[in-house]
Amino acid sequence: MEILYEIRPEVDFMNSSDFVENRLLDSLDIVVLVSDIEEAFGISIDVNDIVPENFYSLETIQELIERRGGQI
Amino acid sequence: MNLQYQGKRISGVLAVVPRNEVKFDDEVQNYNFSVKQSMKLKKIMGYDKHRIVTEGTRVSDLAIFGLKYLLDEGLIKRDELDALVLMTQTPDYLMPPTSNVIQGKLDLKPNMVCLDVKQGCAGYLVGLMQAFSLLEQDAINKVVLVNGDVLSRKTSPQDRNTFPLIGDGAAVTIVEKDPEKDSQIFANIRMDGSHRNALIIPAGGLKMPSTPDTAVMVMDEEGNSRSLDHWFMDGMAVFNFVVNEVPPMIKSLMDFAGTGLEAVEYFMFHQPNKFMLQRLADKMGVSYDKMPYNIVEHFGNSSGATIPTNMAFNLGDKLLDNSYLTCLAGFGVGLTASSMLMGIGPLDFCQMIEY
Repeated sequence: MEILYEIRPEVDFMNSSDFVENRLLDSLDIVVLVSDIEEAFGISIDVNDIVPENFYSLETIQELIERRGGQI
Repeated sequence: MNLQYQGKRISGVLAVVPRNEVKFDDEVQNYNFSVKQSMKLKKIMGYDKHRIVTEGTRVSDLAIFGLKYLLDEGLIKRDELDALVLMTQTPDYLMPPTSNVIQGKLDLKPNMVCLDVKQGCAGYLVGLMQAFSLLEQDAINKVVLVNGDVLSRKTSPQDRNTFPLIGDGAAVTIVEKDPEKDSQIFANIRMDGSHRNALIIPAGGLKMPSTPDTAVMVMDEEGNSRSLDHWFMDGMAVFNFVVNEVPPMIKSLMDFAGTGLEAVEYFMFHQPNKFMLQRLADKMGVSYDKMPYNIVEHFGNSSGATIPTNMAFNLGDKLLDNSYLTCLAGFGVGLTASSMLMGIGPLDFCQMIEY
């Protein structure tokens, strides 16, 4: 959550979904998000996982981190 | 679609970059984002310096400058040039073809073919294909391929998605019949016009002529400001296209050529940004030293000119004495993706000059 709010402090991510379609995150935000997640959780996100579906909501981002071996 | 060519070679490469260098650090204030986030992007995407033409410079200026240099240095001769193929998205005019402008200003012979083709980031590959096809003719022995764009003139300086990454530039490649007639070149290409709006300049053509209304700057939901006269990029769509299309395309190319990635000495890919190229290299299992990704960092993404710029900057003199099995790949507007496997070198010249 902290990472997301650092990228887009004006967005209420808790009460939002479909972040990409609703333009709450653009492609460069996702680039920064992926990089920050990798650094914070010590994981590597596969390029195939950088798709809008994985950045749909807080839950899908959490699932992605856990799937790549990160602990939240 | 698989394509195969025989008995053709690249004999020289000259990259032309504008002398005017702009630093990302000096532009950060133009974007409606925090400096901290922009600095993160700088590191991840490889934004640092890019070359931007000064007001009024056209693609023909860069091309003529490069060709005149080669003529003056005796590296090419006017009479030898049988065709001029210009790949650009930023022509001088809607009509006449800018290739004819270049031909006329350089006083090249009338007995030649001049051709403009509108292509962007895959323009080096598509241009080589055009050159190879022209060289099938008995009357054509040497083709000048020019890739060039001045996209800064169609890019909003307040659009973080596009302006930091672009660079203006041109490249001249000499393509000719290979004395070794059995040399093989393998290529493939895919087009996806259903995603044509992912990279688009909406206004300025006949569908939506430029007017005072199309020049009005509008801020989008993400905080970028641009007008309809400016270039727009759907970054997510382009990223997914590249990631999904390019690795299997390269594998298909290797299968077609009957070889494997391990045999390839260099991967000279189009240079969209550091992040995308590193991820592509990782996915393909290719080491970074074989796939340079530093052109955006030093010069910016000059569309179809990035591959020859990459060759000149990262290989340069090495290509004067050596031959390398090289995999080329270009991907972008259209959407288009193309790759090619060929031996490159020894070349007569491989260098970079400033306009």
